Amino acid sequence: MKELIARRAARLLQPGWVVNLGIGIPTLVAKYVDEGVVFLHSENGVLGVGPPPGPGELDVNLIDAGKRPITVRPGAAYFDSAQSFAMIRGGHVNAAVLGALQVDGQGIIANWAIPGELVLGVGGAMDLLSGVRTVIVVMSHTTREGEPKIVSQLTLPKSSLRPADYLVTELATFRVRDGGLVLDELVEGVSIDELKARTAAPFSTA
Amino acid sequence: MMKVLSAEEAVAEVVFDGATLMVGGFGLVGKPLTLVRALNASAFKDLTVISNNLGEPGKGLGETLRLGKVRRAIGSYFTTNPDVGAAVLAGKLEVTLIPQGTMAEAMRAAGAGLGGFYTPTAAGTRLAEGKETRVLRGREYVLEEPLHADVALIRAHRADKLGNLVYWKSARNFNPVMATAAKTVVAEVDEIVEVGALDPEIIVTPHLYVDRLVIAKERL
Repeated sequence: MKELIARRAARLLQPGWVVNLGIGIPTLVAKYVDEGVVFLHSENGVLGVGPPPGPGELDVNLIDAGKRPITVRPGAAYFDSAQSFAMIRGGHVNAAVLGALQVDGQGIIANWAIPGELVLGVGGAMDLLSGVRTVIVVMSHTTREGEPKIVSQLTLPKSSLRPADYLVTELATFRVRDGGLVLDELVEGVSIDELKARTAAPFSTA
Repeated sequence: MMKVLSAEEAVAEVVFDGATLMVGGFGLVGKPLTLVRALNASAFKDLTVISNNLGEPGKGLGETLRLGKVRRAIGSYFTTNPDVGAAVLAGKLEVTLIPQGTMAEAMRAAGAGLGGFYTPTAAGTRLAEGKETRVLRGREYVLEEPLHADVALIRAHRADKLGNLVYWKSARNFNPVMATAAKTVVAEVDEIVEVGALDPEIIVTPHLYVDRLVIAKERL
C-alpha cells in the first residue's frame, strides 16, 4: 500500500523540480523518481541527495533528514540549516512530500501533535508548509482502526494555515482547489461509493 | 593565533553553572562529541541546551540529560530520545519546541544583530500561541525573538590557526549559524592547518566568530 501511494505521488513531480521528502511514506517516493530528473533537497543541508550508499561508499557524516546514510549526486551542494530553511520558506523548493495524521475538507493538515500526548517533535514540517510551492500529502486513507483521516473538522492540532495542494492515498488522489477537495484520480478497482464511505469530508468529482 | 586546548580545558574555561549552551549537530552528525564528553565529565549543571535534538538515550547530549545537568532544552525534535519525555513528566526538564527553520533563523538573527523577525511558519498553530502576529501583504506572520547563547560548542572539519573553519558534508547543519549567535565559541575539529592553507573562497565560518579550538578525539 505504501509503495502504491509513493508511486502515485512520484507522478506529480515534474522534471527539474527541487523536492523535499519527509519521513515515512514520503521517503519511498525517491524510488519512483527518474534518476537525475528531480533534485532532492534534505533540510539538514543537502541538495542533490542520491541513493543509499553501496559497499565501501558509506560516510557516517552524510545523512538525510531521516538520519539515514545517503550518497550525493554529481552537482550536489551542502549548506547550513539557516540557509536550508531560507530556501524552504523563501519559495525556492518546488515541492514537499509530507505525511499527515489528518487532513480536512479544505486541505489543512495536522501532522505533528496528538492531544493528551506529550509533544516533543515538530522538525521542519511547519516551515515546509509555509514556503514550498507545491505540498503533496501522502498517507493511508484511514487509520489502523479504519477511522477516516480525511475529516470535515480536524480533531488534531493543525500544522499550518496553508493547505496541501495534493492528497494521495491508496484509494485516490485529490487536488485542493478553491478551498475544497477535488477528486483527481481513483485507484483502479475502487468505486466512488467505497471512497465516499471511507472519507469523512465532502469532495467534488470534477 | 587561536588558543588550542584540550576539550576538558575548553569546557572548564567557557562553561559555567546555569549557562545557556548551543550544541551543534543534527542527531549525532556534526555533534562535537569530544566537547560533549568533557561537559559530561564536568561538574557544571543547571544548563539550558539549545540543540536540534538531545542525542539518543545515553549518547552525546542524551548522557548530559541522564546526568541531570540539563534544566531546559530548546530544540525542534526530541522524539528520538525517550529519556526527554520521561524527564519532562518527572518535572526535571523544561522543553521549548521551535520549528526547525525558525530555530535556525532565530540564531541567524541573533548573530546578525536583529531584534527579531516575522515568519509565516507556525502562524495559526499552537506553537504561535502567546506570540505577537501581524498580517503583512495579506498573510499572517509570527514575531520570533533572536536566540542567543553564552557558549556554542560546534563541530567543524578543519580549522586554520586563526580559527577559520570548513565543514564536512551534512555535518555542517547548525554549526555555522551557532558560531554567530554565542558570546564564546569553541570549535572541535579534525585538523588544524597553517594560516593561508585554506582557500579564502571555501571558508564557511570566518575566524572572527571562533574563540577556542579543540582537536576531536571522539568520532562517529
